[in-house]
Amino acid sequence: MGEKSSARKGGKQGGKMMSRVWLLISLAVAIGLWTLLSVLPQTARSFPNIIVTLGQIPVVIERGILWKDLSSSLISVGAGYALGFIIALPVAILMAWYKPVRNIIEPWIQFIRNIPPLAYVPLIVIAAGVGRRPQIIVITIATFLIMCITMYQGIINIDETLIKAARVLGARDKDIFIRVLAPASLPFVLTAIRLGASVALTTLIAAESTGAFAGLGMRIRSFNNNFETAPMLLYIIIIGVIGITVEKIIKLLERKLTGWQEKREI
Amino acid sequence: MAGEERDIKVHIDNVKKTYMGRTGEVVALNGVNLDIANNEFVTVVGPSGCGKSTLLNIIAGLLEPSSGTVTCNGKVVTGTGPDRGVVFQQYALFPWLTVKKNVMFGLNMKGINGEEAEAIAMKYIKMVDLEKFVNHYPKELSGGMKQRVAIARAYAANPEVLLMDEPFGALDAQTRTQLQQELLDTWEKEMKTCFFITHDVDEALILGQRVVIMSARPGRIKDIIDVDIPYPRDQETKMSPRFLELKNLIWSQVYQEYLEVRK
Ligand SMILES: Nc1ncnc2c1ncn2[C@@H]1O[C@H](COP(=O)(O)OP(=O)(O)OP(=O)(O)O)[C@@H](O)[C@H]1O
Ligand SMILES: [Mg+2]
Repeated sequence: MGEKSSARKGGKQGGKMMSRVWLLISLAVAIGLWTLLSVLPQTARSFPNIIVTLGQIPVVIERGILWKDLSSSLISVGAGYALGFIIALPVAILMAWYKPVRNIIEPWIQFIRNIPPLAYVPLIVIAAGVGRRPQIIVITIATFLIMCITMYQGIINIDETLIKAARVLGARDKDIFIRVLAPASLPFVLTAIRLGASVALTTLIAAESTGAFAGLGMRIRSFNNNFETAPMLLYIIIIGVIGITVEKIIKLLERKLTGWQEKREI
Repeated sequence: MAGEERDIKVHIDNVKKTYMGRTGEVVALNGVNLDIANNEFVTVVGPSGCGKSTLLNIIAGLLEPSSGTVTCNGKVVTGTGPDRGVVFQQYALFPWLTVKKNVMFGLNMKGINGEEAEAIAMKYIKMVDLEKFVNHYPKELSGGMKQRVAIARAYAANPEVLLMDEPFGALDAQTRTQLQQELLDTWEKEMKTCFFITHDVDEALILGQRVVIMSARPGRIKDIIDVDIPYPRDQETKMSPRFLELKNLIWSQVYQEYLEVRK
């Protein structure tokens, strides 16, 4: 194929190929372990094998629950996550710019962030009732906390000499905001978006323990109550697939938009 | 040059600066007086913490003096202005902009855009020998190349006074020598008033027409040495008897201040 391409390009392509191969190996080993778990007597009951599990796909479609659960969860996650971001961005900017705001709000965020959402779900249900509303609220809170703190820490750590450099080149406050602070914060905003997406999904189960009528998290609980391990495992895998897909998309976006960055953080 | 008739560009009049530190007041500058002539190249040496950067930031208009004034072109400095440009030690390039866009930044701020700005930017990018890297991002450049971009960026904005705060401090000896030479060539081609801070006595002497020696905290001007070595100067100049003589003179003064700091 690429015999004539330069050594460096060849190496790069080779690297990509290798990482694909490793991914396949990783997948194969995982399926192997899974099969092992499905055979071992101690674990066989909670780990139906891959054929049985994937065989549940047509079943849950037929039962008419898969799309209902998927769409319900995605609506809650999407709405909560979007709201979380819309609130987090201005709060992060205010915290970075005004010391009193920071001094008051930061301890709250640090405190609440360490409480698992599942713990405060009942309070929200009492306040907001059952249905879609508490689900969105729970996800909004969880994603707001992580995104706000990530963006705030990014904005506050913007290299001050960049602002000075812009100023001596004639930039006014407006220019500094648009042409220095905004691009300098973009990497942190994108990191926040990625971490927020992951938190939104991991909070799903807690959010849907609020007496939801449908949803991936709610269904997992109900499968659990009926000892239906095969569809339960399928749903767990679906959540994982959604998570990794979203993360990959955001990572791609990060590479496209902030490729200029010197070093990449987590 | 009759002292009286020098065309004064920057006039520093009894500048004092006190910082409110965590442990109380820190007097960084205690009455600094200095006149810098038009197109003059002044270098500044002094022990770490003696207030060199503070003085530069005050001239740039990035810091306000606690008392005293800085005048540039006869106008009192109250903030940054297009007549003064700065090159920082940490390069301070905008990492999200390419070399060309970095160099164009100051022009854009002045309302010069499009092809006109590009043409000016290209001129200065050529001056620092980076035509091949116009569309590269700073992360793809070496330290020396980054500092070249920073110099081109400062030049492109066409200030009359160029303030440089240890611009070559982070570079290796070889790159440093090369950039000193380039800076001298540029200065001889396109005259500007230069105020250049350094820790390196050799650097101060090879570049400057006058070397300002600052004393340990609280910072004051201890002495000003006229460097009566004609330009063009090059690396051989560093071997000349006069250079070595002046180097010894400055070293002994700086060393004294260094001991002062240690006390
Ligand atoms: N923002 C600040 N707050 C309090 N003290 C400061 C501040 N900036 C500088 N100082 C103090 O003022 C003094 C002069 O600092 P300055 O940075 O001007 O020194 P310098 O001569 O440039 O040193 P160096 O050679 O290490 O760069 C130092 O003692 C420093 O600790
Ligand atoms: Mg300094």
